Amino acid sequence: MKVIIRRDSTVKEIEGSYTVEKVLKMLNILPETVLVIKDGRLITLDTKIEDDEEIEVIPVVSGG
Amino acid sequence: MKCLKCGQRACFEIRRHRAAFCQEHLIEHLRTQVERAIKKFKMFLPKDRILVAVSGGKDSLALWDILLDLGYDAEGLYIHLGIGSYSDKSCEMAEKFAALRGATLYTISLKEIFGEGMEYIARKSYKSFCSTCGLIKRYVMNLTAKLGNFDAVATGHNLDDESAALLGNVMHWQVGYLARQAPNMPERGGLARKVKPLCRLTEREMAAYCVVKGIEYILDECPMSEGASSLKYKEALNLLEASSPGTKDQFYLGFLERGQKFFKKVEEEIELKNCLKCGQPTTAEICSFCRQMERIGFDPLALKNAIQEKMSGIE
Repeated sequence: MKVIIRRDSTVKEIEGSYTVEKVLKMLNILPETVLVIKDGRLITLDTKIEDDEEIEVIPVVSGG
Repeated sequence: MKCLKCGQRACFEIRRHRAAFCQEHLIEHLRTQVERAIKKFKMFLPKDRILVAVSGGKDSLALWDILLDLGYDAEGLYIHLGIGSYSDKSCEMAEKFAALRGATLYTISLKEIFGEGMEYIARKSYKSFCSTCGLIKRYVMNLTAKLGNFDAVATGHNLDDESAALLGNVMHWQVGYLARQAPNMPERGGLARKVKPLCRLTEREMAAYCVVKGIEYILDECPMSEGASSLKYKEALNLLEASSPGTKDQFYLGFLERGQKFFKKVEEEIELKNCLKCGQPTTAEICSFCRQMERIGFDPLALKNAIQEKMSGIE
């Protein structure tokens, strides 16, 4: 699967199908700090992503 | 995962509430939470005029959208700080939103008024970038609220911002701040009422609200906020939240309910007087803003005159 991580649009390729929760864990990303979007819609942590699918990870933490 | 309200497929989970919602019920839930915060903390009344401080980011645009949906008379204030393309882009987001909603947006541009933006002003200042920027933003917000006869200034500070600020205040034992940190700071001595209606909601929830409602916001971070201590406190709280959902909620809302009273006892009443230069509230003879501007050779009254001009005609 293809994982696009905003803000800088880094692309990660992961082989296999996993839940969003597992994907975030593999990428060492805390679920509290991001939104996950598939086909323009928000998805929950238990959603399974297939090998040929693409998701977008949007960081939500802002500071200053 | 199913929506708690309708049983349809959920799009977003809120672990601290052990709940998940579909798009429609997520919007309803977040709107209700804002409504509850406004009532619980007695922020303002339905007839009041609210000035929403808008940055072009997710929180302030979501707040403005929710207040408009709830039927409040909410107008926006955007402060163009002149931080390169970041400010141009965030201004565009604020203007786009205002146009789509048919809402009034006042834009105050530092470069238009002083010929220079925040980068120049901060460079010439003795303080850090964020503290100089904060000083100017607070000054503009207060002055605009006062000159425009608004009943309150609403900012997009959320549960993450407030709990991170609280952690910072505890870490440094800032007892004065601990006594004053509040989602509703009433009007006093020339200071406009300041409210934070998103104080019960996380920034993840606000970002989700924008995605679901199709609100375009600036995803980029302020280039000057890199290394800000608030980000470190947020990181620590997010780690705790991941293993114990509800930590931030309990820390901040618990503090307001049960902890703050102990700091109120030691709070000293700060006497405010009018700045001899601009008339704005200050503890000194000349306020920090005027001192700062004069130090770098700018006329502090230029800002007041520009805001006055924008607000003229407002009853």
